[in-house]
Amino acid sequence: MGRLSAIGWVTLVFMLALAILPPIFMWTGQPFYVDLTTRLVVLAIAAVGLNILLGFGGLVSFGHAAFIGIGAYAVGIPAYHATWGGMDFIASYNGFFQLALALAASALFALVTGAIALRTKGVYFLMITMAFGQMAYYFFLSLDIYGGDDGLTIDVRSELPLISLDNPLTLYLVAYVSLVVAMFIKHTLVNSRFGMVLQGAKGNNERMVTLGFNTYKYQLVAYVISGSIAGYAGFLLGNFTTFISPDMLDWTRSGELMFMVILGGASTVLGPVLGSSIFILIEEVLKGVMGWFDGLLEPLIGRELGLEVYWHLPFGLMLIFVVLFVRGGLMGLLKRRGK
Amino acid sequence: MVALLKIDALCKSFGGVTATDDVSLTVEAGEIHAIIGPNGAGKTTLVAQLCGALKPDSGTVTFKGANITNRAAHARARLGITRSFQITSLVMSMSVLDNVALAVQAQDGHSFRFLKPARKIKHLRDEAMESLRMVGLRRRANDLTSELSHGEHRQMEIAIALASRAQLMLLDEPMAGLGPEESGNLVTFLKTLKGERTILLIEHDMDAVFALADRISVLVYGRIIATGTPDEIRSNDDVRHAYLGEE
Ligand SMILES: Nc1ncnc2c1ncn2[C@@H]1O[C@H](COP(=O)(O)OP(=O)(O)OP(=O)(O)O)[C@@H](O)[C@H]1O
Ligand SMILES: [Mg+2]
Repeated sequence: MGRLSAIGWVTLVFMLALAILPPIFMWTGQPFYVDLTTRLVVLAIAAVGLNILLGFGGLVSFGHAAFIGIGAYAVGIPAYHATWGGMDFIASYNGFFQLALALAASALFALVTGAIALRTKGVYFLMITMAFGQMAYYFFLSLDIYGGDDGLTIDVRSELPLISLDNPLTLYLVAYVSLVVAMFIKHTLVNSRFGMVLQGAKGNNERMVTLGFNTYKYQLVAYVISGSIAGYAGFLLGNFTTFISPDMLDWTRSGELMFMVILGGASTVLGPVLGSSIFILIEEVLKGVMGWFDGLLEPLIGRELGLEVYWHLPFGLMLIFVVLFVRGGLMGLLKRRGK
Repeated sequence: MVALLKIDALCKSFGGVTATDDVSLTVEAGEIHAIIGPNGAGKTTLVAQLCGALKPDSGTVTFKGANITNRAAHARARLGITRSFQITSLVMSMSVLDNVALAVQAQDGHSFRFLKPARKIKHLRDEAMESLRMVGLRRRANDLTSELSHGEHRQMEIAIALASRAQLMLLDEPMAGLGPEESGNLVTFLKTLKGERTILLIEHDMDAVFALADRISVLVYGRIIATGTPDEIRSNDDVRHAYLGEE
């Protein structure tokens, strides 16, 4: 192995911290922080998936929450039938079955919607992927049997041999290892011949077609891989929250995922992980700050305003700042400092 | 000689403008066939229809005996047709070597290969380096494409056309924007390709055209008004009237 670059060191230290901190939180009796890091890591997996498209393919998909939702419902629906009966062919607590279902369903959804969406370019691509995302949202919303708008509680988590996802630390470690694998897959993928075609098409599609690449096919495969990774994240998210609802597929969730990728820097391995970490941390801090403001204002106004839910407002402003002024996201900033 | 490329009654119009007006033409294997004509004559439009970027309204394009009129651009590239762009078209965010290596990769089977790092595949890199050496860009191999000068970008276009090992090279004004010395070098270089590659050369630089071409076709308002050897074209009254006289 060659010497690590500055970015390499940052990646290593950051990933080590993610490996070490949650067990420490657990042993020092702070399960809240274990939950926080689990959510962070699960979303980071989805962000890594989206990053393949956005950072390396230049394809701004605004519908990736749909894949997360599909992955989560692939846990919830079989578990629901295993508990309450009906639909025997799908009823199961088996983790492998649910995972296979999550991957197959998200891959299929990606294949069908991608085949259509990739016929368009730029802002049209963004709109059509968003429209497909909303379609999936309304689909799950209309399924009254699974709670519709109210969502569905998962009574039994995915059953796997040897390990139990009921243990928060075990669940965290599964998520963490998955993230490392996802990062490795992405890294290998984008540097392969396939990845070069994908990046070439991002830079100059006409040139790539003229060279002899059917870029549409390559982009479609990237879309399926990206969607499947997000679907996998959904499988974990369902097991983590044990509650699933159409809200998981809402377009604002897709937007958040996109922001994580852009915030962290779209074309590095660590970028999306850094982005989702900062996103989750800022979300917590801003909720705290808004709550604190609320506390200050309460004696003056005579009631609570519930400002906590408005944490999006300062957050949105920060994001606009990042998009406008920090090219290449936080990793871009790091790279330039390193020079 | 055998016709490598055969164009029959090709027509293409944009609204009211007839950019290609009943063009028929053959390009023999191994020749350098130049197309000259004033601005807006339809030269680039013709190239675009040959490489598949534009669909003709009517007419046929035959390459190596097969009708390719309805083939997609990427499929034609795989058959052995490459194109250089009048307005530089490169992947600016990649290195020079990456750009050229992609041209080699495009001819090296499909690219649904996900594991091995592309930059570590020796034959792709070596062949790309060889093309860069031929056009004199070797020392720039690892620089970012966006950092190169206009002249170097034009050389890259040629290196990519070479690296794709295409039998037929459609070169759309490769000298555009080059200084006299750079143009001279390119002419010398293209001469060395004579016989090895078939070239359809679009060019405004008359010295270059007369130095290189085996045959010349003159395109005016989308129509071929004459085809012949450089001497025939020089002495053709119609051509002098319509085109050369105006220079
Ligand atoms: N996409 C397009 N839409 C509409 N008109 C077009 C289009 N492309 C070309 N034209 C028109 O077709 C005619 C031929 O254009 P073309 O670019 O092929 O000429 P050219 O011979 O390459 O000229 P130049 O020497 O300036 O490169 C021009 O009148 C041009 O305006
Ligand atoms: Mg032109």
